[in-house]
Formats: sequence, C-alpha cells, structure tokens
Amino acid sequence: MGFFSRLVNGLKNTKKSFSEKIKYIFTGNEIDEDFFEELEYILISADIGAVTAEEILDELRDRIKAQKIKKTEDSKEILKDILKDILKETEVEEFSYPLAIMIVGVNGVGKTTTIGKIAQKFASMKKKVVIAGADTFRAAAGDQLKVWADRVKAKYVSGEQGADASAVVFDAISSAKAKDADVLLIDTAGRLHNKVNLMEELKKIGKVVSKEWPEAEYHKLIVIDGTTGQNSKEQVRLFDEAVGLTDLCVTKLDGTSKGGFVIELARTYDIAMRYIGVGETAEDLLDFDADEFVEAIFE
Amino acid sequence: MSLFEALGDRLNHIFSKLTKHGKLTELEIKQAMREVRIALLEADVNFLVAKDFINKVSEKAVGEAILNSLTPGQQVIKIVRDELVSLMGETNAKLEVSDAPPTVIMMCGLQGAGKTTMCGKLGFMLKKQGKKPMLVACDVYRPAAIGQLKIGAANAGVDFFEKGTGNPVKIAEAAIEQAKRMGNDTVIIDTAGRLQINDELMKELENIKKAVNPTEILLTIDAMTGQESVNVAKEFNDRLEISGVLVTKLDGDTRGGVALSVKAVTGKPIKFCGVGEKIGDIEPFHPDRMASRILGMGDVLTLIDKAQASVDEAEMKKVEENIRKNTFSFEDFLIQFEQISKMGNLADLISMIPGAGSKFKVGDVDETKLKKYKAIIQSMTKKERLNPDLIKAGNKKRIAQGSATTIQDVNSLIKQFEQTKQMMKGMNNGKLQKLLGRKFNF
Repeated sequence: MGFFSRLVNGLKNTKKSFSEKIKYIFTGNEIDEDFFEELEYILISADIGAVTAEEILDELRDRIKAQKIKKTEDSKEILKDILKDILKETEVEEFSYPLAIMIVGVNGVGKTTTIGKIAQKFASMKKKVVIAGADTFRAAAGDQLKVWADRVKAKYVSGEQGADASAVVFDAISSAKAKDADVLLIDTAGRLHNKVNLMEELKKIGKVVSKEWPEAEYHKLIVIDGTTGQNSKEQVRLFDEAVGLTDLCVTKLDGTSKGGFVIELARTYDIAMRYIGVGETAEDLLDFDADEFVEAIFE
Repeated sequence: MSLFEALGDRLNHIFSKLTKHGKLTELEIKQAMREVRIALLEADVNFLVAKDFINKVSEKAVGEAILNSLTPGQQVIKIVRDELVSLMGETNAKLEVSDAPPTVIMMCGLQGAGKTTMCGKLGFMLKKQGKKPMLVACDVYRPAAIGQLKIGAANAGVDFFEKGTGNPVKIAEAAIEQAKRMGNDTVIIDTAGRLQINDELMKELENIKKAVNPTEILLTIDAMTGQESVNVAKEFNDRLEISGVLVTKLDGDTRGGVALSVKAVTGKPIKFCGVGEKIGDIEPFHPDRMASRILGMGDVLTLIDKAQASVDEAEMKKVEENIRKNTFSFEDFLIQFEQISKMGNLADLISMIPGAGSKFKVGDVDETKLKKYKAIIQSMTKKERLNPDLIKAGNKKRIAQGSATTIQDVNSLIKQFEQTKQMMKGMNNGKLQKLLGRKFNF
C-alpha cells in the first residue's frame, strides 16, 4: 500500500509542520500560486470548508491586487480582516431579562455541560436561574444537569423519562414566574427516534415559551462540537428550519480544532456568535470574540 | 447547498463541453478533479489525504479512455469510487477471537465520540451471535459514564462489571478474573475519553493495555469529525497500536469522510459503524457504501439490504403479480404501506436515496400522512379496495368519517393511488429506468 505509507510519512509531523508553515508562510516572500495553496491548506485545516476557503482566497486576491501588495507578510492582516469582517456581520446584543434560552443541538456536543456553565455565568451575575430538563428522551440525561443546578443553586425542573417535554417547560415557566426568576434555561433532546419528531417537539416547546412567558426575551441557542467538520452546517440548517436559531455556542475548542465552520455560518445565518467553550470548568465558557477567534486560526 | 447530489451533474457538465471524439486532456481531468476534491473536502476528508487521493486518481484517469464511454462524468465517478473502495479496504473485517478466552476488546477514543454507546451495541451484537459478553466500566472520570454503560448492558441483555471510581487498571484486571469465573467469553472495556489527547490519559490507556493484553483495541471515532481526525487517529495508533476502528453517528446526512482519513493514517481496518440511537443500530463496515456516501451518492445498497430484511416476500409477490396483471388495487397499496413502515423510519430511508437527501425537507416526509392513508384504506369495504372505481362521493364521506379524516384526504389518497397505478403501467412497459429518477410521493 504505497499510498498509505507515503501519506503516513507525510503526516508524521503534520502538527509541527503545520504551525511552522503558518509561521514562515507570511515571512518575506513574493506572493505566488504556492502561497495561495498554502493558505488554502491552512484555512481548510481549520474546518472552514473547501468552498468558503476558495471564496475567501478570491477576496484576498482582489484586495491584494487593489492594494498593490507584493509581499506575503503584508497580506496576513488583510486575510485576517476578511475573516473578522465576516464574523462581525452578526452582532451579539446584550441579554435583557427575564430571559428564556432554549438550548438545542445533537447528542454528544456538550450540551448539558454548556447549560451548566451558562447557569453558573448567570448565577455569578446574581441572576436567579431555573433549569428545565426537557430532554426526557435520553436515559439518565437529567442526573448530570441536576448536579450543575445544585452547584449553582438553580431550581431544577424535570419530568420522568418519556414525559412530554413541553409539559416540563410549562412547569418550569410556572416555577420561574413564581420565584420571580431572571433566567430560564431549557435543555432539549439531541435526538428522538426521528428528526421530524424532534423538530416538532422543539417547536412545541417554543410555543409554550411564547405563550406562557411572553414578557421574556426568548433565545434559541445551538451548541456545536468544535471538532465537527462540515456536518455542522447541516446541523444548523436543520435546527434553524425548525426553531429559528438566534445564538450559537461552539464547544471543545481547547483541543487543536479551530472550529472554522463558524465563518460560513456567520455568512449564511443571522445568528449571534455567543459563546465558545475551551475547557471543563465554568470559567472556560467564554464570550465569543471575533478577533481572538481569527487569531487562533493562524496560531 | 447540496454539492454532492450535484457532483455527477457537474462532472457531466464539464465533459459535455468536450467534443465527442476528442482526446481527454490533462486540463480537463484537472477540472473534473477539482469538483471531486471539493466533494471530498466537504465530506471532511482530510486536506492532505484528499490531495494525495486526487493525485493518484488523476494519474489513473489520464490513462483510461474516458471518452470512449458514453458518460465520461459517470466514468470518472466510477474511477474515483473504485479507488475509494480499494483504499478503505475491500471487504469488511471481523472481530478477532482469542485462543485463550476471554477475548478482550478495549475501546478508546475522544470524549463524546460514542464509546460507551458502542460498548452496548457491540455487546448486543455479540450476544446475538451466541456469545456471552461482559461490559466493564473503566471510564471512572465522567460522572454519568458508569450509569450509562450499565443501562447499555441492561438494554443489550449482557453482563456488566463495575468497581466504582477506583484505578481503571485494577478494575480491568478484576473484570477479567470475574469473566473467567463466570464463563464470559468476551470482555468489552469502556475507557475514559477526554477532549485533549492528554498524556496522562494516554498513559492510563497504555497501562490498561499492558495489564489485560487485549485481542482488539478499537478506536471509536465520530463520523462528523472534521480535519482533526487524522491527528486523533494517529495519536491513538502511535500510543496504543490499535487493531481497528469504529465509526459512530453515521446516520442521516453524515458523509463520513473521516473513514478515508482514519484508514489513511492508521492503515487499520474500519470494522463496524454505529448508525443510530438504538441498541441494534450497528452494522459491519462496507467500503463500497461508504464510498458512495462520501461522494454524496446516497446509500442505495443499505436501503436494499433493509428492504430485503423486512419485506415479506410472499406478500410482495402477490403485489407484483397484480401489477403484472394490471389489477393493482388498494389492497396492494395497503400492503406496500405496511412494508414501508416495517422497513423503518421514512425520513431515514429517503435520506439513503441518492440525491434525495437534499431534495427533501424533513417536513416533506410525513409519517402521519402514511398512517392516515392506512386508516383510510382500512375504512374502505373489501369491494372498494379491490375496485376503486366504486368509490363515489357518498362513499368518500363514509370513508372519511370512518377513518377520522376529511374528504380531501380521501381524494388525495385516491389521486396518489391513480398516479401509482399509472407508474406501475409504465413499469410493465419497461420504463423502469425512467421511473427510478422520479420523485417519491408520500
């Protein structure tokens, strides 16, 4: 198997050569086709996607030409600016209270942990938090959430496994109103026995929130695993179709993954880049910062 | 954007510009390979893997007489597909069995990849094969992991071993002792996964490996993983010398380019795939199907498999007979509906049809409509079912009431039936080829 052995050798120092590549690519050389190919490698390795990467590089070519730039080092900031501009197209506005956030996303992306961290964030702002465990599908999904709720002294409302999710949300809203809570966080199932059912359930929850708690600002936040590749686009498309997403959180960005798919998402959807998750503790849930995010791609 | 359904079209478009008898130039192959490359990258095949692959296939394509074929675009896809298949391994691999039982299967992989779920599925599968597996909880860090594995074992109906949150190496050793005593022929060890491939964790896995000398070390990897998959796979393989790979979450629209990437860097076979949430949702790895998936050409073979597994042949023969005799009735329609329901979730089935995945929105595939139609047919008299012409306005009202539907529903079903009947006629006339391209109409 010549192909594989060749490839394995080629990949042997992928990581090392990758960061070295980024370092030397912008140093003192003339801009040529090889340069663009290297850039493409960097962008695609960050999971930006082949089509988006191509379009970004086309834009870079245009700007380089317009500004009569000849050296690679002078193009670095231009490339970063292109990415930053895209990310800044969607604005992140401050929350207002009372606030209801429904958290959606497929299983395994770190949804429950993220909810725990968000709860802690609000708790540290002295907000009163209620958590609705509306993932009534997954076995033992609630246990983990309950631990987080106890930790941040949030009220936790849940139902039996297989219970009606929107009924749980209804109860949680009653509880939130009775306690004069500021924030309601709604955990949802990542997957039911089919997509139609899951999406219908989410829509139903949405209806309950708007009907029972109209004074609350209502957000629909999707959690995406940062190690995901291009499938992230499919996930956002589906959930957006069902509930109309407002916010996005990318988790698990403390590894070597860059989560570059958000560039295309920012371009395609009117969705606020809200948080990124970079570790296990609550402090590791950060507000999304377009500048830092782009810098990280070139590290 | 659905690139994949478009791959065939795009290639055809490129080649349509060529003269019919001209010679295929390197430039033209280059154009075609650009499309293939995008397809691979959008399926999350690693950049370098895709690059090497394209170079290799280009060399091959230049040598082949593409223009002699009627559809050069299809021929290129075939070359690409065949090459994908041969690189991913020609046949599906089996699990190794130890000469000295128990056979020890050690799982490894990143957090959230689906290791624990896969343990349950493997256990279930082995049990069905007549084995007596035991699942062992060695993921002592994640709060709910032990509980989750326990539920998995219960669902699979297999033995379960835990020893709290102590030293995973000791737990693994104790489990194997117990397996020997209790006559478990297979031990499946669930291990901890963390986001970062951290050294401490790797050492722990190495220690477990040293202590229990596993027959199989299986790397579990999420089919949706992006470009990082090569580094993950390489790291685990370097440290543990894995024996095979399990690709999880390979359902719905997941393209799974990761399969090619992982195979490329480790050289180890992909053994099984997790294809759904249920305990039985585990399948042997089929390189040919995976190649089609990666290229966005749907998964027709799996669909056919499913159909064969769940369709009652005698019943369908009857339907077929009626089609041939042109006496296709609502009775046959009902049988068909029931067969479809038996095959599983409609949305999943449709997603396996090439090109259909992107054409249908989730809402289009309406299971409740199928149920409604069934109810309507069941509310018809036997005579009406066999001779739909008998159904007049008055009967429609009765049928609608009987099935708790509306006259519109009844009409829409009758229309659907007539269309299907027309299609059947076409089939009898040998226009099957044409019909295959037609939109499903449920």
